[in-house]
Amino acid sequence: MSAPKTMFEKVWAAHEVTPQTADTPAVIFIDLHLTHEVTSPQAFTLLRERGLKVRRPDLTLATMDHSTPTRTEQVFGGAPISIESAAKQIRQLEKNCAEFGVELLGLQDSRRGIVHIIGPELGITQPGKTIVCGDSHTSTHGAFGALAFGIGTTEVGHVLATQCLLQKKPKTCAIEVRGKLPRGVMPKDLILAIIGKVGVSGGTGYVFEYRGEAIRAMSMDERMTICNMSIEAGARAGMIAPDETTFAYLEHTPRAPKGKAWDTAVAYWKTLSTDDGARFDKVVEIDASTLEPMVTYGTNPGMVVPVSGRIPDRPGDAVFDAALKYMGLQSGQSIADAPVNVVFVGSCTNGRLIDLRAAANILRGRKVAKGVHMLVVPGSQEVKRLAEAEGLAEIFKEAGAEWRESGCSMCLGMNGDTVGKGEYSVSTSNRNFEGRQGVGARTLLASPETAAASAVLGRVADPRQFLNA
Amino acid sequence: MNPITRIRSRTVVMPSSNIDTDQIVPARFLTTTSKDGLGKALFADWRYDANGAPRADFILNKPEASGCRILVAGRNIGCGSSREHAPWALVDFGFQAVISTEIADIFKNNSLKNGLLPIVVDESTHSWLIEHPGAEIEIDLASSTLNVPARPAVSFSIEPFARFCLMNGVDELGFLLSKNSEIEAYESRRRA
Ligand code: SF4
Repeated sequence: MSAPKTMFEKVWAAHEVTPQTADTPAVIFIDLHLTHEVTSPQAFTLLRERGLKVRRPDLTLATMDHSTPTRTEQVFGGAPISIESAAKQIRQLEKNCAEFGVELLGLQDSRRGIVHIIGPELGITQPGKTIVCGDSHTSTHGAFGALAFGIGTTEVGHVLATQCLLQKKPKTCAIEVRGKLPRGVMPKDLILAIIGKVGVSGGTGYVFEYRGEAIRAMSMDERMTICNMSIEAGARAGMIAPDETTFAYLEHTPRAPKGKAWDTAVAYWKTLSTDDGARFDKVVEIDASTLEPMVTYGTNPGMVVPVSGRIPDRPGDAVFDAALKYMGLQSGQSIADAPVNVVFVGSCTNGRLIDLRAAANILRGRKVAKGVHMLVVPGSQEVKRLAEAEGLAEIFKEAGAEWRESGCSMCLGMNGDTVGKGEYSVSTSNRNFEGRQGVGARTLLASPETAAASAVLGRVADPRQFLNA
Repeated sequence: MNPITRIRSRTVVMPSSNIDTDQIVPARFLTTTSKDGLGKALFADWRYDANGAPRADFILNKPEASGCRILVAGRNIGCGSSREHAPWALVDFGFQAVISTEIADIFKNNSLKNGLLPIVVDESTHSWLIEHPGAEIEIDLASSTLNVPARPAVSFSIEPFARFCLMNGVDELGFLLSKNSEIEAYESRRRA
């Protein structure tokens, strides 16, 4: 019998075109290459300069999400896109895809959305695949038991030209999550707690595998929130073993295998889980049952406290002090006192249907506090349609929130959806870096429930007070 | 890409830890469709005031930073977004090496592909470098050593293949393209 293997090792081994040697990295075959308008133009230029073609257009899919407008009139109404350079980038992607024969889900396509949301929706994100995209949150797709990671633009060019990447084999880290998440504590809170524990560089060089009771109990939407933020702990990829939940999700997606091919695929997918006795290079344990809703107070996702907690003090740490100064917050202050000007629900972290339901559940019959601007941006046009069909959009609008077309939007503020200088934003996105949501913007990362509760109270709020009624 | 064998330069020190790629190039500069001219956007939110004027107190605006090709950063540089615009901007500005105690994976990969050397050093070397901004140091790629004044030479690790590419000014795409028959064999194996 061969030695027990981790899921990562199985997927890696199945994709080695040539193995790693003392002098060269492994050549790894890529099963799915997702691409978007921001990190691809220079890669297509490289192909042109070298006279190369896209090797496997059948394994390549493009969409637009990062710099695309979310205002209906700009998406469907023919109104000019407000940022000229963004409009140019969108036109460039259309041109590149047409020239190189790559399928594009363009601006008005009903299947368009954030690249990490549409892969799973279409059913092209599948267990055992290697998936890359010129975007660090490609780790999201690992929720299906795929090995999925972000790459730079030069590597986008490599994959376009050869369908392969040169890779050094990473190490493995098991994140063992014991217990169940309490009511009002969402997967977002769990992953923030994990990042707080591991640190923002603790995962550098590792692939995470999330395991344990709390993970197994999660839906696919929830598992994606967890894997999505692996990169915020420095890990390029995060994986979750495929199981019945995974298969049930994929079965009804348009591009999953059908008929006999489906049965063959499921039989293979069932072999992917980590074998008993397989060794990880590192193990981190966390107890889900003791967690509370979490909120960040600083300028990286590791600076996080429970919603009932206070901002810590780190005497003599100038970097920590600078982060608090940027945030306009003080050590010892309770995070629940932090003011709120903007609330953003959306992004590839928390822009799926289940996230919108959670936020709507709190907003139902309530109003967004006076002076707070709340923006709800579905992660894809499909999420938008489903949310409208369920009446969620109405709940948001009645509460006084804005409801938009899908895209990255205020997660990185490239399309003009930004938070003003010095304003506080409670955001369901994944990065609270300085200026991430706009120049001088102050971001507090939280779950969709915490974001909605904070919108209602106009300050950082514990969502559990709205759930027990 | 020009071959790199040795870099000798004074250092610029930015002691902040966890400098993420959103700081290196803010998102609003990513609507470009080329690599050129990104040096202007480098650290834009720290470098310029609200009116776009250079802030005199920011290190890259000081006269002593001019001509420096080595950036010494606080613990863990390059985390966050995979944007290759970050190394493009650093290179366009004139940097050839970045030194820290930890360097995030994607940023490190992206840097190596653009002739920007990511060098991880131990805590003690790092503290010395942080405390001696403007020190004249030398990076010797052939021997993978860092020479710092009045201290023993420090060796750093770098993937042999990346070093080969950097020292010969070749890029990895050529190597991948040379594997065409292996890739074809893999594809037909998978189809079977
Ligand atoms: S939603 Fe945010 S994190 Fe996700 S792909 Fe878009 S910009 Fe990146």
